[in-house]
Parts: sequence; C-alpha cells; structure tokens
Amino acid sequence: MNSNKLCLEIIRMSGTDPKKCMACGKCSATCPAYKEMEYHPHQFVSMIKNGEIAPLMESESIYRCLTCFACVERCPRGVEPAKLIEATRLAVVRQQGKNRVTPDSIPALLDEDIPQQALVSAFRKYTK
Amino acid sequence: MQRIGVFVCWCGSNIAGTVDVKQVAKALESEPGVVFSTDYQYMCSKSGQDMIKDAVRDHRLTGIVVCSCSPRMHEATFRKTASAAGLNPYMVEIANVREQCSWVHKDIIIGTQKAIILGRAAVAKVNLNAPLTPGESPVTKRALVIGGGIAGIQTALDIADAGFEVDIVEKKPTIGGKMAQLDKTFPTLDCAACILTPKMVDAAQHEKIRIFSYSEVSSVGGFVGNFTVSIRKKARYVNEDICTGCGACVDKCPMKKVPNEFNLGMDNRRAIYIPFAQAVPKVATIDPNACNMLKNGKCGVCAKVCTAGAIDYTQKDEYIEEKYGAIVVATGFDPISLDKFDEYAYNNSKDVITSLEFERLTNAAGPTQGKLLRPSDGKHPEKIVFVQCVGSRCSSCSEKGKEYCSKICCMYTAKHAMLTRDKYPDTEVYVFYIDVRTPGKSFDEFYRRAVEDYGVKYIKGSVGKIVPEGEKLVVQGSDLLNNRQVVIDADLVVLAAAIEPDKSARPLATMLTASMDTNDFFTEAHPKLRPVESPTAGVFLSGACQGPKDIPETVSQASAAAAKVIGLLSKDKLVGNPCVASSDELMCNGCSSCERVCPYGAITYEDKEFRMPDRTVRVRRVAKVNPAVCQGCGCCTVACPSGAMDLRGFKNDQIMAEVDAICK
Ligand SMILES: Cc1cc2nc3c(=O)[nH]c(=O)nc-3n(C[C@H](O)[C@H](O)[C@H](O)COP(=O)(O)OP(=O)(O)OC[C@H]3O[C@@H](n4cnc5c(N)ncnc54)[C@H](O)[C@@H]3O)c2cc1C
Ligand code: SF4
Ligand code: SF4
Ligand code: SF4
Ligand code: SF4
Repeated sequence: MNSNKLCLEIIRMSGTDPKKCMACGKCSATCPAYKEMEYHPHQFVSMIKNGEIAPLMESESIYRCLTCFACVERCPRGVEPAKLIEATRLAVVRQQGKNRVTPDSIPALLDEDIPQQALVSAFRKYTK
Repeated sequence: MQRIGVFVCWCGSNIAGTVDVKQVAKALESEPGVVFSTDYQYMCSKSGQDMIKDAVRDHRLTGIVVCSCSPRMHEATFRKTASAAGLNPYMVEIANVREQCSWVHKDIIIGTQKAIILGRAAVAKVNLNAPLTPGESPVTKRALVIGGGIAGIQTALDIADAGFEVDIVEKKPTIGGKMAQLDKTFPTLDCAACILTPKMVDAAQHEKIRIFSYSEVSSVGGFVGNFTVSIRKKARYVNEDICTGCGACVDKCPMKKVPNEFNLGMDNRRAIYIPFAQAVPKVATIDPNACNMLKNGKCGVCAKVCTAGAIDYTQKDEYIEEKYGAIVVATGFDPISLDKFDEYAYNNSKDVITSLEFERLTNAAGPTQGKLLRPSDGKHPEKIVFVQCVGSRCSSCSEKGKEYCSKICCMYTAKHAMLTRDKYPDTEVYVFYIDVRTPGKSFDEFYRRAVEDYGVKYIKGSVGKIVPEGEKLVVQGSDLLNNRQVVIDADLVVLAAAIEPDKSARPLATMLTASMDTNDFFTEAHPKLRPVESPTAGVFLSGACQGPKDIPETVSQASAAAAKVIGLLSKDKLVGNPCVASSDELMCNGCSSCERVCPYGAITYEDKEFRMPDRTVRVRRVAKVNPAVCQGCGCCTVACPSGAMDLRGFKNDQIMAEVDAICK
C-alpha cells in the first residue's frame, strides 16, 4: 500500500479528521509521554494529514503513547490525536510478523512489580 | 389578460455559466400572457433597467418577470423600475435563477431546465397578480437604546445630537459597560476612564437623553415607527431624585462582605453601594440579597445616616410604558465561564485569573489601587504567563468553548504584557499563542512593540495544564517552533477567556422578534451591506451584541446605527407592506386558529352582524388583521381550517398556479 493510501486507511480506522487540526499544539502540551516520544501527538496529526506515514510506523513513539487520551480530552478541535496514534500502531501490528509482544515472551516479562493487568493490556494493544 | 414581459439576467457568468439564458428567454416567450422576452448581461444595471422601462412602454406591458438573483437582493430595485415606468410595483415577480438554480447546479442542461420551470411559475403568478397599494403609518420620534455600554452611550449621544429624544435602559446600577472596568486601552493606551466618563456625563446631562439605570425591558409590542415598550425599573430602595451620591450610607453599612461584582469578586462592597466613583447616575443602590433591613427588618443604619432622606425600604419595582419609533440593541458581551476548563486550574487557584480580572488588578481604582499583586498572597508576581484563545476557536462539537475567534484578546493580551513589562521591567512575561491576530490600524505595530521594545516572550503553542504547587503555578505548554514541551513555574496566570453575548440577549431577541445566530449574537440584515440593522424593521444593532468587537469598531458601529435611526425618525410617515393577510368574513368561523399561530400578534376578533338569506340577523365572531402589525409571514393562511385567511400578493390561487406551472 502506498503511503497516501495507508494514511487514508489509518484516518478511516481511527474515525478522526486531521484536517480539523488548527496546529495549536495543546495535545503535545498535555502529553505526559512527550519526552519519551520522538514524534509528538501534533506531529502525528500533521504528518498523517500530509501522507507521511513511514517515519511514524518505524518510530518507537507508537509504543510510548500511554493511550491516556489526555490529548483527546483537551484538543479544542476534537481531532483525537491518540486515536490516530493507535491506528498507526494497529497498522504496524497488522502487518505479518510485527507483533510486538508474543505469548512466548510473556513469562520472561513476569516479575513482582508489573501488574498482570498491564501485561494483559500490552498484549491486547501490541498484538494482532 | 396580462401583457407580460420576461427579462432573463446573465449576472455576468454567475447565471449564464450554468444556465443557457437565451434558451430560457425563448422558452418563456410562449407562456400564456407573455408578449415580450429577452436576456441581458446585468439586468440591475442602469441600461438593464432602461431596457425594462422601454419594453413596458413599447409593448404596453402590465406585468414583469425578472429571472435573476434572489428577490432579497434586487426585488426592491425592479419594483422601483416598474414604478418609474408607470406600472404598479407589485406587478413584478422575481424568478430566483441564481441562488436557487445556477449556483447549485453544475450541469447546464439541468440548470437551464430548472430556470425555465422557475420562470414559468413566476409567469403563472403574475397572470393572477393585482396592483397593491401600501398603507401608511406615523412615526413616533423617540428612540430606545437597550444597554448602556460604550455602544449604547455613543448611539444615544448621536441620536440626541440630531434632535431626537432617546431613552437608555441599562440593567446595572450605572451605565459604562465593560469599558468602565478597563484600565488603559489599546492601541493608543489612553486610560479608559478618561475617555469614557466624560461621555457618560454628556449622556446624563443631555436634555434629550433619559437614563433608566437598574432597569430592564419587560415587553415589546408594535412595529417599526410605533413600538410600545414596557420598562421595569427595579427597586433600588433609594429615591434616585433625592440621593446626592454622597456615600455616607455606604461608609456606615455594616454588611461589609458582599462580593464586589465591579471588581469581579476580588474585593468586597457593602449591601448599599455605588459601583464606582464616576458612576452615572451617581446614586446608591441597596442589594436586596445582602441588606439585613430588607431581609429581616434588622438594621436601618443607612436611613439614619442619609441626611437627604433618600432611603426607601418600601420601594417597589415600577413599570413604565413608553412609545418609540426605533429600538437599538446594545447589550454587549461577557467573558465565558471557565468552569469546564479544569486543565487551567481557574477554580483551584486564586492566582489563575481572567484578563478582565487583570484589568481590575492594574486599575488605579481597582482592589489593589493599581498595584499588580497576586490575589492569593498580595505578593508581586515575578513570572507571569498569559494564555490566549481560552475557549475560543473550538470545534463546533465542543461542549466547552466557542467556535469563533473572540477577536479582541490578541490585542489586549499584548497590551497587558507590554504594560506589565513597562511598569515592572524585572517581571518575566510569557504569552502562549496559536496565532497572533492583529489586523487593524496600528495594531500589528502595537504587538511588535510588545515583543521588540518590551521583551515580552511569545511562545507559539498552547498550554496543556496548570498545576498549583506550593506558591507556584506549574504551567506545562508546547513550544512548537522549537519542538519541545516547556514547563514554566509562574506566579500568576492570565487567561484570555472567549467572549459571548450577554445572557439576557436571547430573551430580549424573542421580545423584539429579532433574529440571532447559533452563538446568540444578533444577526444583521445583510452581513456586508446592512451591518447595523436587524432583519426586523425598526430594530438596530450597536456594539459587541452583534459580534466580538474592540472599542474603535464598537463606536463606529454605534454611530452608524444612530445614523440609521436618525434616518428613520426623520420621516413623518412610513410606507407599509401591502402584502398582508386578510380574512374573508363570510368564510371565517372564528375558531382562533390563526390568532394562535401569528408570531406578531396581528390578529384580533370582533363580533359582527350578518344578514342571513332568511332576513334574520346573526352575530358571528370573525378574525380581523391589523395590517400595520402583520408582517406577511403567511402562518395564518396555512392554519385557517376554513380557507378564509389569504395573503395579499401571495394568494392561495397564485401559489397554486405556481405549483401547477412547476408540475406541468
Ligand atoms: C479584558 C478586556 C480588555 C479589553 N481591552 C480593550 C482595549 O484595550 N481596547 C479596546 O478597544 N477594546 C478593549 N476591550 C473590548 C471592549 O471592552 C469592548 O469593545 C466594548 O466594551 C464593547 O462595548 P459594548 O457597549 O458593545 O458592550 P458592553 O461594554 O458589554 O456594554 C453592554 C452594556 O449593556 C448592558 N446590558 C446587557 N444586557 C442588557 C439588557 N438586557 N438590558 C439592559 N442592559 C443590558 C450591560 O450591563 C452593559 O452595561 C477589552 C475587553 C476585555 C474583555
Ligand atoms: S490539540 Fe488538536 S488542534 Fe491542537 S495541535 Fe493537537 S490535534 Fe491539532
Ligand atoms: S494519548 Fe498518547 S499522545 Fe495522547 S497525551 Fe496520552 S500519551 Fe500523549
Ligand atoms: S442614599 Fe443618602 S447617604 Fe446614600 S449616597 Fe444617597 S444621599 Fe448619600
Ligand atoms: S483574538 Fe487572538 S487570542 Fe482571541 S481568540 Fe482570536 S486568535 Fe485567539
């Protein structure tokens, strides 16, 4: 799938409309994972709108987003950046062999401190 | 049989681009009654109108159909043309082949077909048109201005200077509006009070102006030139005519902890109060919710100290009925409530304030005598963050904010930032902005001065959250130009809250039958060409009640509205609209259906004697329309179950003929 088509697919999957963004940066102002992310929520919106998906799909940022939805809550234009990030992640995960977490890797991750809930949700988020 | 002329306009390429105008003219030529049909580039131009006049003469036309733009645009133009050619103006029909045809269709075949059908309907109607003559009504030469902000004051002064009487109705105890609360004003930084208070005094002293302060409009009846308005003068428990404004009562009033709305609750006033030293009228008012005497009869101190004997605890609301020829709405604006914007901590910290509160904090007559001090601890703030666009420019689905740009906040934020740096050069001042919007004479230069001469730090980006931490406010924002998230530990945060129309505007609009947009701003009759008139005849708009505006724009619009009012009041008689409803007494059964649907209250009933075929006399209740009040909306004609109600110029048989012509 070419980049533009993939972007349209991601927009469709997310149910958002990045054209509504007015580039205020409030999403990135709010984001608690900002420092961990190479591309920030407003950049996801702007790059996907412009059809630049490859760098986002390759970036670790899609796994750094906490899906806390703070950006969704605060965006004055109702753009819902986290849904675009989620859709980008899904697009990666749906490509064969791109599962980030496999069932086999789970036992190694288990330790006292990680709540099981987190593993379950990571498994759900990062796997096809 | 009519002799009808058809004139098809190209409107340049507006119509001719998607409608084959020649084919339309040709097709309509063979319609019943049509004796002449032609097309022309601009029918509304002088040569176009001359063409119509010539055709009326040469072809002895009795009716005219113009296939052109919407009748809202040029119906009046072509009616005048017909008059000039000796025809009754109501023998003109417009077929709207622009807004309802060429502009909405792309295909020329479809567009042409539809234009022909619309033209055919208009021809069918003109065949049944009859000449109409409008009635006349007198004009009451007095104007009412609702709202006493700078807009209302300017409008009233201009109308009064032209020699007409004006009443201002202001709901607060004093006139002055928001401008009275401001400190200095952009772009020239003159002090608001110095330029406003002389105007307030002029209004009070003008022999043609009466000010009803602490008053509201409670009902409006009538129509352009002849409004009847009931004004409720709220009881202020002080006799206005006797009170000298000495303030002795205020000093002695023991109820000292009433939040002072003039300072936006940042300090307290007494239960009896004068909003500010230059108030007009300078008269005390008792707040019935705070006064012990009024609540439980225990006190009466003010009556004891008032040497003038002005206090009257038994005062009641008073209703005054007055007639006016014109009404000007000048109800202004208010900042929106920030309760739903939790991220800015406005309700959690006293040091997060709105820009209007900032005006009071820097105003020499404000709660801190003009010293910029933090509301929480009275310390001088060293780091101030201003946030623009708070609640403005939100998407239409937002439940918190407004979709529009509030227009004034970029400029007043630059003003606040600049004045702070001027007075306290050691203060660090940051402004978060999405865009800086400063169109206006000397406006961008003003903003650049804030940056270049005063060193205000503008950061392109928004604030995501503000968290009070100890004495500081931790402001987390984005700095888009440098692609980073910034955190500023501020002492004071100032929010440029969006503005919205006064909450009382909606019920007022209903009373006036004046229309509003979805944001409750009053709508103008035409956004470009009639910006100070409401679509309701005789109702005019002044100031921020029509849309966000700064003072220069408010004053221009206020004077423009005054000019329109003066134009109206200079007339001795108004020509009415002859297209009004009338009922056929023989068919009316007095059921009241029409009265219930008439939005203007134009229908009454009377008992009338009818001679029956058997020579007996029967008294029957029948509907009667007041033609001066009827606006010709036609609701009644549809509601009437017996078909007795009909609208002149839009009779049922005319409408049916149009429908038949369309469905042919
Ligand atoms: C923080 C801030 C700073 C500003 N600084 C500047 C500046 O520096 N320069 C500048 O040019 N502009 C400035 N402005 C804009 C300026 O305040 C407005 O342009 C101006 O006040 C508009 O005047 P107005 O008369 O239309 O409305 P208002 O000032 O709101 O007056 C309306 C009046 O109508 C009364 N009213 C409302 N409803 C009714 C009713 N139903 N019946 C009777 N009376 C009613 C109100 O009580 C009020 O007195 C600033 C605005 C704000 C918020
Ligand atoms: S908060 Fe919304 S409008 Fe602002 S930059 Fe982010 S996505 Fe765009
Ligand atoms: S949902 Fe993701 S991108 Fe949005 S604020 Fe939370 S962590 Fe940041
Ligand atoms: S009510 Fe009496 S005491 Fe109070 S301000 Fe008026 S004149 Fe003075
Ligand atoms: S005037 Fe400026 S601060 Fe106010 S809403 Fe418009 S862009 Fe935002």
